[in-house]
Amino acid sequence: MNPAHPPEALIQLTGVSKIYGTGQAAMHALKGVDLTVAKGEFVAVMGPSGSGKSTCMNIIGCLDTPTRGSYRFNGIDVGNLSRDQRAILRRRCLGFVFQGFNLLNRTSALENVELPLIYRGVPLRQRRRQAAAAMAAVGLAGWEHHTPGELSGGQQQRVAMARAIVTTPEVLLADEPTGNLDSERSLEVMRLLTDFNQRQGLTIVMVTHEPDMAAFAGRQIHFKDGAIEAIRTE
Amino acid sequence: MWWETFMLALRAIRRNALRSSLTVLGIVIGVAAVITMVTLGGGATAKVTEDIGKLGSNMLQLRPGQGFHGPGGARASAEPFEVTDAEALAREIANLEAVAPTASRSMQVIRGNENRSSTVTGTTDGFVLVRDWDLSTGRIFNPGELRSGKAVCVIGATVREALFGGLDPVGETVRLDRISFKVIGVLAAKGQTSFGTDQDDLVLVPLRTFQRRIAGNTDVQVIYVSARDGAATDRVKIEMERLMRERRRIAPGAEDDFFVRDMQEIVSTVTSTTRVLTTLLGAVAAVSLLVGGIGIMNIMLVSVTERTREIGTRMAIGAMERDVMRQFLVESVALAGFGGICGILLGLTAAAVGARLMGVPFVFNPGIVCLAVVFSAAVGIVFGYFPARKAARLDPIEALRHE
Repeated sequence: MNPAHPPEALIQLTGVSKIYGTGQAAMHALKGVDLTVAKGEFVAVMGPSGSGKSTCMNIIGCLDTPTRGSYRFNGIDVGNLSRDQRAILRRRCLGFVFQGFNLLNRTSALENVELPLIYRGVPLRQRRRQAAAAMAAVGLAGWEHHTPGELSGGQQQRVAMARAIVTTPEVLLADEPTGNLDSERSLEVMRLLTDFNQRQGLTIVMVTHEPDMAAFAGRQIHFKDGAIEAIRTE
Repeated sequence: MWWETFMLALRAIRRNALRSSLTVLGIVIGVAAVITMVTLGGGATAKVTEDIGKLGSNMLQLRPGQGFHGPGGARASAEPFEVTDAEALAREIANLEAVAPTASRSMQVIRGNENRSSTVTGTTDGFVLVRDWDLSTGRIFNPGELRSGKAVCVIGATVREALFGGLDPVGETVRLDRISFKVIGVLAAKGQTSFGTDQDDLVLVPLRTFQRRIAGNTDVQVIYVSARDGAATDRVKIEMERLMRERRRIAPGAEDDFFVRDMQEIVSTVTSTTRVLTTLLGAVAAVSLLVGGIGIMNIMLVSVTERTREIGTRMAIGAMERDVMRQFLVESVALAGFGGICGILLGLTAAAVGARLMGVPFVFNPGIVCLAVVFSAAVGIVFGYFPARKAARLDPIEALRHE
C-alpha cells in the first residue's frame, strides 16, 4: 500500500507489465509500472505513441489485464476477474470518453446517453430523466432529439461526456477527448471536465498529446518506453 | 432489456431497409411457397373429397377388365356384363341400397338447329339413387318405361342449357341419331369434378331403349352399386367379387376379369398424391429456407464487421458477451421473422388467387402458418448464432480501434 493515499487509493497499479506475443517476438508494452490515483484526482497521462500510455489506460479501464503485477480498482483485484465481471465493473464504476466520440449514428443524442443505463437495467422513465439531466449538465438541454450527424464535433463530444457521466461513475477515462476538436471546442470540453472534477469530485484520468490540455489536470504522468518517466504535479 | 434489444434490432434493420429486404427475400419465397402449396393442396383435397361425397362415397363401381393397374390387354378382351348380373347383385348381396347397370356412348344430341355432343347413358331408375342425384324438374323413368324400352330421356343441366336455354324442356323432344326422345326430367347441376370433367353433360335413357335402339346389343358396361349407410363398403366389395367370379365362371386361382372400384380408394389415392406433392414442395421450400438462412448469415457477418466500433463502444460502457450476443441474435431473428411474416402474407395471397383460378376452396391452415413463423425464427437463430458469437467474442480494445 502506498502510504501517501492509504484510504482513498481508487486506482492502484503495482509492478504492472504487459507483454504482447511470446519468445523472440515478445513486445513489452509496459515494464513494471507503479501508479496510484486517489479519489477525486484529475490525472493527465502523456507520452509519445508507443510509450505504453494507451496500454496503461486499457488496463485502468478494465478492458485489458496485466501480464504481470497487480491492478486494484477500489480494492478489487481486476487481474482475477473474468471478461464478464470486468464488463460489469465498467458498467458500474467507469465512464469512457473517446477521441472519435463513438456515438451511435442515426440515433438521437438522448438515446445515446441512455445506452449505459439500458445495460444497467434502469426502467425507461427513469432512464429518460437521468439522460436529460446529463444532457443539461453538459450544456446541451434542447438538443436531445438531434442525431450525431446534426451536431458539431464539440457537441458530439459533449454528448459522449453526458453518456459517460449519466451513470455517475467512480472514474471517468478520457482517451484524447480533444484530439478531434479545434482549440475553442477543446477548451469547452476541458472546462466541463474540470467542472465535473471540482464540483462533483469525479476522478478523471485523461490521455492527451497536448500540454495545454494536460495543464488542466492536477498531475501529469509522462510515459516513455513502457515506463513512467516523470510525474509532474501542478 | 428484451424490449430495448428488439427496438434496437428494428432500428438496425430499418437503417439498411433495402439490404434487409433483399436479404430476407430467400425466406419470403421459401415461406410463401410452403404456405401456397399447403393451402392449395388442402383446398384440392377438400374439393376432391367433396366431389367424391357428391358422387356418393358409399358407391362402388363394377367394371370389366383389370382396373387401372392391370395389363392393358386384359380389359379389351373381358366380357361385358349383362342385365342379369345387376339383377343378381341386387338379389343376392345384402346391404345394398341401389344397383344401376349402365351402358354409355358419346353422341350428338339434337333439338332443332341446336346440337351438342354429349354422353348418352342407358340405365335404370337406380342411377339417381346410387349417384345421389336430385332432379330439378320432372321425374325419372317409371318401371313401365324401363320394361318396354320407351323413347324417353332425362337430361343433365349442361345439355338443358345448351339446347333449351331458359325454356322448360319437360315434354319437349330431342333427337339422338334419328330417334326422337321425349324429355321427362332434368337433373340438378353437380358442376365439374376435380379432374375437370363436366358431370352435367349427359343424357339418361332407359337401359333397354339404349340396348335395343342405340347400341344394338345387350351389353352392360359398368354397374354402379351403393351400399346402405353404415354398411362397410369393403365387405360389400368382397361379396361382389365372390358373386361375380361365380357368375363369370372364373377358375380358382385365375385372375379376375373384372374389378370393383371403391370410392374410398379414389379418395385415398388422391390424398396420397397430394401428400407426395406437398412433401416434395416442402423439400424445395426447405432448400429455399436454407439458402435464405445463409443469406441472413452473410449479411449479419457484414453487419458485425461494419459495426465493430459500435460493439467496442458497447463493451466499454458495460455490455457483457451475452448482451452483444443477444443484440445480434435478436436482430437476425427479427430479420428472419419479418421475412417469414412477409412470406405468409404473400403465400396466403397467392393461395387465395390460385384457389380461385383452380376452382378449389381456400382452406386456411393455421398450423402451417404457425410452423412457418417458428421455422423462420429458427432459421434466424441458427444462422444468426455464428455472426452473433463472432461479435460477442470481439476484443473490446481491437474493436474500439477498428476504423
